[in-house]
Amino acid sequence: MTLRIPRRGLAQAFALIVILMIDRAVSPQFFNLHLQDGRLFGSVIDVLNRGTPVALLSLGMVLVIATGGIDLSVGAVMAIAGATAASLADTHSLPVVIASALAVGLACGLWNGILVAVLRIQPIVATLILMVAGRGIAQLITEGRIVTFTSPDLVWMGNGAVFGLPTPVAIAIGMLLLTAAVVRGTALGLLIEATGGNARASELSGVGTRAMILSVYIWCGICAALAGVIAAADIMGADANNAGLWLELDAILAVVVGGTSLFGGRFSLVLAVAGALIIQSMNTGILLSGYPPELNLLVKAVVVLAVLLAQSPRLGDIQRFTARWRRTKP
Amino acid sequence: MNLKALFAASATAALLLATSASAAELTVGFSQIGSESGWRAAETSVSKSEAAKRKVNLKIADAQQKQENQIKAIRSFIAQGVDAIFLAPVVASGWDAVLKEAKEAKIPVVLLDRDIDPAGKDLYLTAVTSDSVHEGEVAGEWLAKTVGGKACNVVELQGTVGASVATNRKKGFDAVVAKNANLKVVRSQTGEFTRAKGKEVMESFIKAENGGKSICAVYAHNDDMMVGAIQAMKEAGLKPGKDVLTVSIDAVPDIFKAIAAGEANATVELTPNMAGPALDAIIAYKEKGTVPPKWIQTESKLYTAADEPQKVYDSKKGLGY
Amino acid sequence: MSDSSAPPATRPALLDIRGLTKSFGALKALDDVDFTLGEGEIHALLGENGAGKSTLIKVVTGVFARDAGTVRLANREIAPRSAKDALDAGIATVYQEVNLLPNLSVAQNLYLGRQPTRFGVVREAEMKRRAHALLLDYGLDIDVGAPLASYSVAVQHITAIARAVDLSARVLILDEPTASLDRHEVEILFKVMRKLAADGIGIVFVSHFLDQVYEICDRVTVLRNGRLIGSREIAQLPRLDLIRMMLGRELAETTHERAASQPDTAREVCVSFKGFGKQGYLAPFDLELRRGEVVGLAGLLGSGRTETARLVFGAERADSGAATVDGKAIRLNSPRDAAGLGFGYCPEERKTEGIVAELTVRENIVLALQARRGLHRPLSRREQDEIALRYIRMLDIRPPDPERPIGLLSGGNQQKALLARWLATSPKLLVLDEPTRGIDVGAHAEIIRLVRDLCEQGLALLVISSELDEIVTYSNRVIVLRDRAHVEELKGDAVEVSSILAAIAADAPAAQEVAS
Repeated sequence: MTLRIPRRGLAQAFALIVILMIDRAVSPQFFNLHLQDGRLFGSVIDVLNRGTPVALLSLGMVLVIATGGIDLSVGAVMAIAGATAASLADTHSLPVVIASALAVGLACGLWNGILVAVLRIQPIVATLILMVAGRGIAQLITEGRIVTFTSPDLVWMGNGAVFGLPTPVAIAIGMLLLTAAVVRGTALGLLIEATGGNARASELSGVGTRAMILSVYIWCGICAALAGVIAAADIMGADANNAGLWLELDAILAVVVGGTSLFGGRFSLVLAVAGALIIQSMNTGILLSGYPPELNLLVKAVVVLAVLLAQSPRLGDIQRFTARWRRTKP
Repeated sequence: MNLKALFAASATAALLLATSASAAELTVGFSQIGSESGWRAAETSVSKSEAAKRKVNLKIADAQQKQENQIKAIRSFIAQGVDAIFLAPVVASGWDAVLKEAKEAKIPVVLLDRDIDPAGKDLYLTAVTSDSVHEGEVAGEWLAKTVGGKACNVVELQGTVGASVATNRKKGFDAVVAKNANLKVVRSQTGEFTRAKGKEVMESFIKAENGGKSICAVYAHNDDMMVGAIQAMKEAGLKPGKDVLTVSIDAVPDIFKAIAAGEANATVELTPNMAGPALDAIIAYKEKGTVPPKWIQTESKLYTAADEPQKVYDSKKGLGY
Repeated sequence: MSDSSAPPATRPALLDIRGLTKSFGALKALDDVDFTLGEGEIHALLGENGAGKSTLIKVVTGVFARDAGTVRLANREIAPRSAKDALDAGIATVYQEVNLLPNLSVAQNLYLGRQPTRFGVVREAEMKRRAHALLLDYGLDIDVGAPLASYSVAVQHITAIARAVDLSARVLILDEPTASLDRHEVEILFKVMRKLAADGIGIVFVSHFLDQVYEICDRVTVLRNGRLIGSREIAQLPRLDLIRMMLGRELAETTHERAASQPDTAREVCVSFKGFGKQGYLAPFDLELRRGEVVGLAGLLGSGRTETARLVFGAERADSGAATVDGKAIRLNSPRDAAGLGFGYCPEERKTEGIVAELTVRENIVLALQARRGLHRPLSRREQDEIALRYIRMLDIRPPDPERPIGLLSGGNQQKALLARWLATSPKLLVLDEPTRGIDVGAHAEIIRLVRDLCEQGLALLVISSELDEIVTYSNRVIVLRDRAHVEELKGDAVEVSSILAAIAADAPAAQEVAS
């Protein structure tokens, strides 16, 4: 098992450090930590904790994008899974609740996978169906209201602690390790990269591209379901209208910021998660800064642009060009 | 073909009338937006019970958040020859043509909960809405009265940036703050009207304001964000309702649970009963020809722990919030 | 009018190309090519895939920059830097896929960017009137207000041609214009071409339909491997000679040591096909492949060579016949099935169907083996390195760096890595489609040597090539294809360039007429 943090991770590491430094500048107590009720508190922990849903989504999304696809439905799948978990929480045991929610995610992923891999519908269109319909399904489950629960087990999923770390953070770390073990511990990683790099060539090399694509959408659905359970556990309720709303875009952004091309091919799990953390450190920083909320989206856009520019292969060309131009100028 | 359809429609309408009750009974068509929120669901169920109370036959068409569906519903109400049409418009513009059709058919239209562009003023009978600036004022005045002359740092959870409700609720609250030198809004961020965001933003407020020790009160533009903020405060070891005062708007059931538990202090009601005053206006208009004012403002009632929150919770719970 | 009947030699030169050269890396796509097009001449430009036809067109129309050479149009040297430059100079190109706007009307397409206006308003009626009149000249009386997409491909082609000529084009390049036309539509197009030639416009006609070339063209220029093979008057060129120009190798730099000239029927049959075919794709064929034997597939472009390879590898599903491996019936519905049976396939389109450009040489080499082992039996990094280095050494892949993205390698080295991909799976049967296409001369000889080595090691090989000399060098048997059917099998001493050519040209009555 190899968790690659290659040279191409430099841009992300640099971006993360710079943003954390800016966070420190706008909020001097940013790196302060203290223990309360067996759980660490502090803004850095908030970044990790709040970044968890998008990080989980990006673990599935990065594989889908690596095959050259995209999954717009993850936000809606979060809502369905959250609604499922919330409506079972007070009457069933935690394993049953989680298993049901994950089964729902698996079914959603299977649906997307069949549309894309078997029926050959363009991924963006295929997953758009569930993106729209999924929220409706979630609303049917919750009957349009916020379904609240008190089950301490499920609440622990969102608000508990494992060795001082918030439970969601521990779950996300576990999922990262599990995904890495599955993807890099088997040949899946190579075959996904080959499929995304050149599907025709991979198929003609005997790669079962269809099974490959099916499996990444299923995994993406499961990751989204887990994110949905955590989001519901966090607020002790399932909000079908708002859970995971627009998070599919944040997940795609995290993957892209993590250096994986939307055309598919090479991918990095660690960097996708780093992308999610970059986005969240920015969000948390904005909240701490006290700037008027009208500026939120603008600040976010500028930072994302900067990170993407830093990765652009063309940027090197431009630098070389301007350097030469300066030299030739008298 | 058209005539035939019309005939068929009016025949069914007549049949409906004949089977339900006497000819004097009113039939009202209600084009509802959809079930976008718990409040909306409550509005629908309250409308049904208010109509039943007045023995009005209410037909509700769910538009699933689409204006075209609402326009279709209104056309079909016109074709059925209803006595009045209630409309909760999903957007503010684009209603001229269909409302003119209603006017030509001499069917009065009442807007519920939301207004439309001023250009359409003469196309409807009256609008029953709450005044969201006033809601903000009620919340602010409660806080000013409660803290007395003591200095109080307030953090504000705004609604979605750009939403008119959020802008107005901020405006009303700010007006009260401006009159009371001891009140000061130290932080204001958007929680996008959701629990999850309300919680996240409150977490950051607590960190930024010295672990929450310098926060005296939280004002949230809706109860859902406040429910999230209460969780954040509890997790950070604060006691909402005691260490930190809370006031929010909407009066959804869950906030009463919090008030009953002593974890929240006050909420301002956005009543789901828009249909009641609207029905009264229509009945008076139909029976006595009384023309109602152009705007019927609903009451923005303040609830605190003194108002038997548990009882209110129980009564509201069944409404579909 | 009088021009078209004049002897070609006296025709004034319209387009004159001298010494045109263009390289892509180590590969010379065009090597010192001359080409002359006269006024009112219809001139065929022929050659197999990769011969340099499209490169020539793209250099002349400014899509690619040339390395050396001159292009003169009506005695003025030109150096267009874009297709628009070329059009302004008077050279227009109409591609097989018409690049007009299908949702706009015919008239709008004809006058796009130069609509007649009055006070800044487009005069729709005037535009339609002009468009209708213009197309009448081309024998088309159609509603020019209807969207272009509502008309047949032929009409779309003629619209594109009319637009180009109306933009004062003097040289018209038609790239495979007849590929998607039926016989009747071809007639309409030819009528238009004859009219334009009579008006003095020079036409370059790129096509692989030799009958059409004989029907419409005055002269023909043949390219092969980026080099000029020759320009001839079509009336004085027998079809057999034309095919020889296209497929044969004139520069006999090597005297070919023939492969075992006796087909050894004693060798055991490992894969066999009976009545294998697919409706509308390839006529049913019988084929037996033996261990240690190379079977060559010869024929013109579009004759069914690649189609045979794709059916054999399961990339296309056969709808008739049966296949057996070592006497046992097999399922052959996908490349995955084929790979599982021990087949390998190096497709002609190396870039789009062969390599995964951004992955490393190592990853490309182990891909087929890993796919066959399945997900749960990953090759360890050490095993991968071992396999990659073994084949890099064995096939002399350069640079010998397993971690370099394969897209950065030259065509020859990419081809070797693709061979390595299949050799790593220890295959029974290897299908190679144009293994030497687009590869520089040095690597070319190496690949041929490799093919023969593999054969000696007991592999069964099915090899497609347009280079007949090459096929003769390594094949024990040659199957000749024509019109999507296997028409002849040559064995033993019959495996000769001349006999293959004869078999390919066998159905050419037009050629005989011309020749006699």
